[in-house]
Amino acid sequence: MMTLKVNGRDHQIDADPDTPLLYVLRDDLKLNAAKYGCGLGQCGACTVIVDGRAVFSCVTPLLLLEGKQVTTLEGLGTAQQPAPIQRAFMEEQAAQCGYCIAGMMMRSQALLQRNSKPTDADIRAELAPHLCRCGTHMRILRAVHHAARLMETAELPPAKSGGAQ
Amino acid sequence: MRRSATIGGIVVALIVGGAVSGFAIAWRPAIAAIEPPARKSFDPEMIKRGRELAALGNCNDCHTVRGGKDFAGGLPVPTPFGTIFSTNITPDPETGIRRWSEEAFRRAMRSGVDREGHHLYPTFPYDHFTNVSDQDDRALYAFLMTREPVVAPARTNELPFPLNQRFVIAGWKLLFLHRDAYRPDSTRSAEWNRGAYLVEGLAHCGACHTPRNALGAERASARFAGGESDYWSAYAINAQSPAPVPWNVDALYVYLRNGWHPDHGTARGPMAEVVSNLSSVPASDVHAIAVHMAGVLGSPAPGRDRATVVAQAKPAADKAAQTDPQGAAIYAATCAPCHESGRPPPYGGIKLSLSTAINAPDPRNLANIVLTGVRPVEGERSPIMPGFASSMTDTQVAALMNYLRARFTSRAPWKDLAKTIEEARRTQTAFLQTSAGPRSMPTDPAQRDKP
Repeated sequence: MMTLKVNGRDHQIDADPDTPLLYVLRDDLKLNAAKYGCGLGQCGACTVIVDGRAVFSCVTPLLLLEGKQVTTLEGLGTAQQPAPIQRAFMEEQAAQCGYCIAGMMMRSQALLQRNSKPTDADIRAELAPHLCRCGTHMRILRAVHHAARLMETAELPPAKSGGAQ
Repeated sequence: MRRSATIGGIVVALIVGGAVSGFAIAWRPAIAAIEPPARKSFDPEMIKRGRELAALGNCNDCHTVRGGKDFAGGLPVPTPFGTIFSTNITPDPETGIRRWSEEAFRRAMRSGVDREGHHLYPTFPYDHFTNVSDQDDRALYAFLMTREPVVAPARTNELPFPLNQRFVIAGWKLLFLHRDAYRPDSTRSAEWNRGAYLVEGLAHCGACHTPRNALGAERASARFAGGESDYWSAYAINAQSPAPVPWNVDALYVYLRNGWHPDHGTARGPMAEVVSNLSSVPASDVHAIAVHMAGVLGSPAPGRDRATVVAQAKPAADKAAQTDPQGAAIYAATCAPCHESGRPPPYGGIKLSLSTAINAPDPRNLANIVLTGVRPVEGERSPIMPGFASSMTDTQVAALMNYLRARFTSRAPWKDLAKTIEEARRTQTAFLQTSAGPRSMPTDPAQRDKP
């Protein structure tokens, strides 16, 4: 039994310490935003935020997470009250099949939390570990800039727990 | 220690610089600018040979910055004396070498002086390139003069006074630039001599693998005893090599040619770029380098073959697991799934009892690799490993490294790991942002035999 902090709440998890975070999020906590892509930390679909930094949840075993704050896309906003990053991705129609998008949004969120005005080059470098097979890269790029503007002007996102450090 | 070496270096450089700054010694004439030669004036065979030589010399590695154009320079090279930026060696008339004659190019290679007569910093390894033949310089010149010109002015070096005064370099050259350092050895085979010519010359292996003295020159008494490059430790590749299974000609050839070997793992850091280049040059040259370096590495003590090394690996229930249970748990959960999968390199992790990084005296490479992993090479099937910089704390990385050292080697624990890990976090971030990284070279394999 270990305590896992996800989106501001403590969860008692009964799983082996080597269980990847992604399995716990999806199978035990039913938080399905993070996707299983490659299982090797090479595609980015499983990305979540841990203590303010984007990590691949598929290669992050539970035992590394003792005392740390995990934030998933569900912790940023809801369908009714989307966070700026979610609003921006919707308004720019940055998703096609959408499989990579949750991961893209999480790493972008982590980037915007430490750099509120990233350049194109900053965003490209940051999102380099993420694969998108549909080819919506230019829209994703626009969406991140859009999110940066929204965050600057809008009120605070509804849930920021664990994200901003 | 580095600081005192730096201060000592500055003081000695001042004295040396003062003593030798006689105009006659430091002054070099400009070589007249030329009208740029037409592309057609270069023989295509010569250009093609130049491409192979440029790959052997790893020119693109320093002269290309991440996100920049090939050979346009701008890479910050950290040295104990300050940061030196590589320059534009594309044929741009104003900011590159388009107005350089072949004679000016050869002088730069041979004695580290630019066309206008300025001394070049020895970050440009002319202490090795001085050994390159006229014929090879001519081919390199033909290759570079037919690249795409790029407008890219040189960035200003970040060096303190007096090192920012180029006449000081003339003193350095008096002490350390020896044009007779390399001589063929008639008692050895032609292949060994070919390897020696490449290793001591264009390939400049010692520039990273030989330790440097307080003035930044390679220590002649410690050839290939291990140096550093871009915050990576370049392993000793003489008799002091820390590789668990000793190197031999075949292993060196496969590793240098393909970037990995089942007994040694994959090339990483700056060496990844070297082997990427070596995949595109004549196999005979890579084999000659392997033959020569196997001689430098010497005959290993018996009983260190792969089977013995693997068999001698300690059982998992070894006391290492008891003394460092946190490290053991992290290893089991994070590393073992790939490194104990039984899938062979390069797509499965190497058995860690074979790892040079874990056996090495300097823990930097292991810290670098745990934090940043192995990046895939664009456009090719290549080894990968995820980095754990964002998911592990420094304490967790240290526990893991201590465990790996105790579990897989019988060497003494590393000291000061906290500092190493903190530095690795900082420096690897910088390295990954500036280094262009290994690429399939050239990108289009169909072009490999074309000028």
